[in-house]
Amino acid sequence: MNFHHRIAAIVSKELHQLARDQMTFAMIVMIPLVQLLLFGYAINTDVRHLPAGLVNQSHSAYARLLANSVEATQVVQFHHHYTSVKAAEQAITRGEVRAVLILPQDFTERLAQGKTLGREQPPVNAMDRPEQRPAAQWLVDGSDTMITAAIRGLRNMPLDELVDREVYQPVPSFEMVPYFNPEQRNVVNIAPGLVAVILSMTMIMFTSASLVREREQGNMEFLITTPVRPLELMIGKIIPFVFVGLVQAGIVLALSHWVFRVPINGSLLTIGIATLLFIMASLVLGLLISIRAQTQLQAMQMTFFILLPSILLSGFMFPYEAMPVAAQWIAEVLPATHFVRTIRGVVLRDADLGDLMPDISWLIAFALLGLLLAALRFNKRLD
Amino acid sequence: MTSPAIVTKGMSRYFGDHKAVDGVDLNIPSGSIYGFLGPNGCGKSTSIRMLTGLLTPTRGSVKVLGYELPHQAEALRVRIGYMTQKFSLYADLTVRENLYFVGRIYNLSGKVLRARVDELMVLYHLEAIDKQLAGSLSGGQKQRLALAAATIHDPDLLFLDEPTSAVDPENRREFWERLFDLCGEGKTILVSTHYMDEAERCHGLAILENGIKRADGSPQALMQRMGANVIEIDGGNNQLRQLKNQLIARPEIISAAQLGTRLRVLVSSEVPQPLIYLSKQLGRDEQKAQRRLQQVRPSLEDVFVTCTGNRNEFSP
Repeated sequence: MNFHHRIAAIVSKELHQLARDQMTFAMIVMIPLVQLLLFGYAINTDVRHLPAGLVNQSHSAYARLLANSVEATQVVQFHHHYTSVKAAEQAITRGEVRAVLILPQDFTERLAQGKTLGREQPPVNAMDRPEQRPAAQWLVDGSDTMITAAIRGLRNMPLDELVDREVYQPVPSFEMVPYFNPEQRNVVNIAPGLVAVILSMTMIMFTSASLVREREQGNMEFLITTPVRPLELMIGKIIPFVFVGLVQAGIVLALSHWVFRVPINGSLLTIGIATLLFIMASLVLGLLISIRAQTQLQAMQMTFFILLPSILLSGFMFPYEAMPVAAQWIAEVLPATHFVRTIRGVVLRDADLGDLMPDISWLIAFALLGLLLAALRFNKRLD
Repeated sequence: MTSPAIVTKGMSRYFGDHKAVDGVDLNIPSGSIYGFLGPNGCGKSTSIRMLTGLLTPTRGSVKVLGYELPHQAEALRVRIGYMTQKFSLYADLTVRENLYFVGRIYNLSGKVLRARVDELMVLYHLEAIDKQLAGSLSGGQKQRLALAAATIHDPDLLFLDEPTSAVDPENRREFWERLFDLCGEGKTILVSTHYMDEAERCHGLAILENGIKRADGSPQALMQRMGANVIEIDGGNNQLRQLKNQLIARPEIISAAQLGTRLRVLVSSEVPQPLIYLSKQLGRDEQKAQRRLQQVRPSLEDVFVTCTGNRNEFSP
């Protein structure tokens, strides 16, 4: 009875304070709204309209045709023309263009001989056999692997139409059926992951600031002379933000569904349960930070210390499997990793809680042990 | 005779090498107002924090309302109220919300809570500002709200850490009226202060300096027991400053302080006839005739000066 009563008192206090803090209140809605719209539209791994340069030493009609058909792929746009390879290299260094296409003087001859062009990999010692040399060359600013990959995609571009030959279509070795995201749209994978990122950010931030703020403003010295128990204080601090988190998750998922046509294949109940568990794990993580930190600035720094790996290692940005084992271990500790897996599983693949048991159990264990640790670590003394 | 509210033996708290409180013995009777008097950094707040169970004593025993501290601190908490030196209620909650919150933390609910909050609102003149945010209140209003919050659960023992430091004299007087009311209801109040006039209102008093208790007792007893006689030298002119420096160089003179045209001199009680002794000290100059010496009643400030070893500017 007393237990519930005091928790209710803390919850109601937190809600009053939250309601009065209009900026925070606005951010609760604005963060998921703006971030989703931003990332939904902005994050795109399909590279298009790269600024490129052209060094045309051939001046033939074929060279012009080739340049046009390369531009027609929309991967690059020839903004600049250079007279020499040296000038082109300098342009790449200046950052004026990302790649340069060099059409050599003997381009037309190479094209005519070109048995290999766009058909098969040139042999290792291609340079020794002039009849098998590629017709032209790309110089690429290779620092961004995504851009290099896009240009590499152009390497095997079929040029049969150009030289008026019958189009040769190699039969692929494998057939591929992309499940769950047949159109291969990025936003389908990003939107559920974004729920994890936004919740990590806001939930950890809210609770990491909460206890430190009371300490900084002097409220704590009074609070710890009252009969309030550490566990009551912890639970009371968490509950209001659980609702905040659910609202935020709802905004992200609803918007992804209606604006970005992200399929919600799993049941809402399963999504709700998984999200709830992650919210609690994140809030508890914030509490642990809050107990350790002496000032709000320290709390903020520790929050970012957790936040960055949560975004980069959780599988939100890069596939978990692509990371080295040590990074995977770190990722396994973070609740965000488990939630990214869970929420993608439920939303996209209609996995049920049974399928996701290892991740779900980790979230439960993290939240409960963390809460216990927070309550034990919280000292009702000043020494 | 009721048992004492607070008993400590050798209560000490060290922060590293710094002895914030060192071997303080207290015996504070129930139903009295007891004062901790001392300058800033003398160990008042640290002592109060140990007595409320917030700090663990490095040495010594502490017994408050019969509870052994620090391990019985939780049981003690429902029976004490604590008003911190710095305003510690929530600046972004209204007066009423703050009281409701504190009340509910102390397990009041429903009608009882509402009645108690309304009662405190009237008692501490908070009705007119009940919807105002606590952060926007004046010093006096904050202090009344803090006292209301500290007494919401009707505690037997109240700790007030420099409660009047940010309050004007008018409010201070009113505040003390309230303390006497609470004391009249049988509550024990421990208040720390560095105001002499406040200390003089207490039933009992401990003078603290550098973490050590220099003296304790009722203000009257302290003044009677004081190991010095107070003599005021009146008249003369601006030579008083020079005279003061001359006097405090002597070991029998505990202190000399200028009060307008008078010089208040504390002469050690080891000197059998202080008036005669002092008039000899005045020397042979022509101004001696104009000066009048008079023995006066000691004040608490004199007691304080005598106790705290603050003998003169030249002493180590």
